Amino acid sequence: MKRFFAKAYIWILLVMLYAPMIIIGVFSFTEAKVLGNWTGFSTGLYRSLFTNGAHEALMSAALNTLIIGLVAATVATFLGTVSAIGIFNLRNKRFKAAMNTLNNVPILNADIITGVSLFLLFVSMGVTQGYVTLTLCHITFCTPYVVLSVMPRLKQMNPNTFEAALDLGATPSQALWKVIIPQIRSGMVSGFLLSFILSVDDFEVSVFNVGTNGLQTLSTYIYADSRKGGLTPELRPMITIMFAVILAVLIFMNLRAKKTNQSNSLK
Amino acid sequence: MGKIKQFFGRRSSWSIPYLIFMLVFIVLPLVLVVFYAFRDPQGNFTFENVRTFINERESVNTLLYSIGIALITTIICILLGYPAAYILSNSKFNSSSVMVALFLIPMFINALMRTLATVALFGFLKVPLGQATLIFGMVYNYLPFMILPIYTVLQKLDKSYIEAAQDLGADNRTVFAKVTLPLSMPGVVSGIMMVFMPTISTFAIAELLTMNNIKLFGTIIQENINNGMWNYGALLSLIMLILIVVTNLFNDDKEESVAGGLV
Repeated sequence: MKRFFAKAYIWILLVMLYAPMIIIGVFSFTEAKVLGNWTGFSTGLYRSLFTNGAHEALMSAALNTLIIGLVAATVATFLGTVSAIGIFNLRNKRFKAAMNTLNNVPILNADIITGVSLFLLFVSMGVTQGYVTLTLCHITFCTPYVVLSVMPRLKQMNPNTFEAALDLGATPSQALWKVIIPQIRSGMVSGFLLSFILSVDDFEVSVFNVGTNGLQTLSTYIYADSRKGGLTPELRPMITIMFAVILAVLIFMNLRAKKTNQSNSLK
Repeated sequence: MGKIKQFFGRRSSWSIPYLIFMLVFIVLPLVLVVFYAFRDPQGNFTFENVRTFINERESVNTLLYSIGIALITTIICILLGYPAAYILSNSKFNSSSVMVALFLIPMFINALMRTLATVALFGFLKVPLGQATLIFGMVYNYLPFMILPIYTVLQKLDKSYIEAAQDLGADNRTVFAKVTLPLSMPGVVSGIMMVFMPTISTFAIAELLTMNNIKLFGTIIQENINNGMWNYGALLSLIMLILIVVTNLFNDDKEESVAGGLV
């Protein structure tokens, strides 16, 4: 009986949590202007979304989001991995602690403060905000997560393997590629995927840093659109697709995590 | 040339580029927030913004109102989230990690989209937008952030404590009140951190959930920055920043990242 109530409680919460997204998904298959009116099943909104030129602003916003997400995640993975190796090998305890604290600042800080502070940085330097500055902002809040996902892998590593490779005649860069990188690769992949999701999802940092040249990401586009009153109906298929993509990435990450856990326990 | 090579040969020097990056993109911007907060638009040092904040009751009232809304949201999240985390972590009721993942996935969906979806749901159910929908929407948005840290702590909890208490004659209720609950408090504290602060500082969510009828603290920060009143906006950001620093002093569990459970 207790078990039944526990299960029921969990399922009710889940249904409540997912209800909004399910409604959007269901109503993306009807053409009514206002959400909630069902005018029969149709894939018209999906077709109109992908019709050339029909929703250029929306599609270019989606493309910007994708490009910035990929570039920011790539750079953050590189910078974060190199830095994690550096921080891990620091001897000075205080300096190491300071680096870790600094790294935690964007994670603990409210997004709006990160956004406002970066906005003030660019404005006070007289830099015109655009693609480059927005990508820099995204790298700023993504890199800490890469450092945090690579660090545990470094801690698990046997520190002698690197020295052993050097003793056996490998150059430091060979030792890096053949010894360190393979052992921390799973942390790097997690960091990359997490960075990508964080970047695609970001709204509060982006909205202050898109500048005035008409650059839009998907979130800032949706925000501007909702302020005008009445959402573009094509947003419903767009949100549904994004939801499906992020769901797929997360399921992939979870399966991968399970696989590495299993292989670790086999060792 | 040889010296440079030697310098980068030491792996500890690899942290230097990131140090410079963090100084430019994390430290300097925060310093600028403080700098702008105490300047007038002409660039002279002034306490005028502080005076405006104290004298014009509007900002203070918004801050207090936001704290109130955040408190209610946090309490509802604890009341709904704790039982959920407890059930999910208890092998008697749940042994599937898929259920846990299902609760965490909404955290990774854009908050704006989730909110729009929530607004759509209210529209669909013909519920008028106002304070009640604001709190409801906030709970929707932040519940997973409460469940995750409590779940993580409960799962790591050493079961032998519970068995020991049972062996010593405690009934189920006493075990929960005297053992499980106190030991899971760090998770509750982390959860509060992850719900309370974002509720005060979000702007678009409150705006969408109430048709911009109710303003939270984040909303007035954004309005000031957008309307070119950078100095006053910077001061409001500074106040928010101080609030975050103060609440973080209560929480020393920094290693546990938001995504710790998922990645």
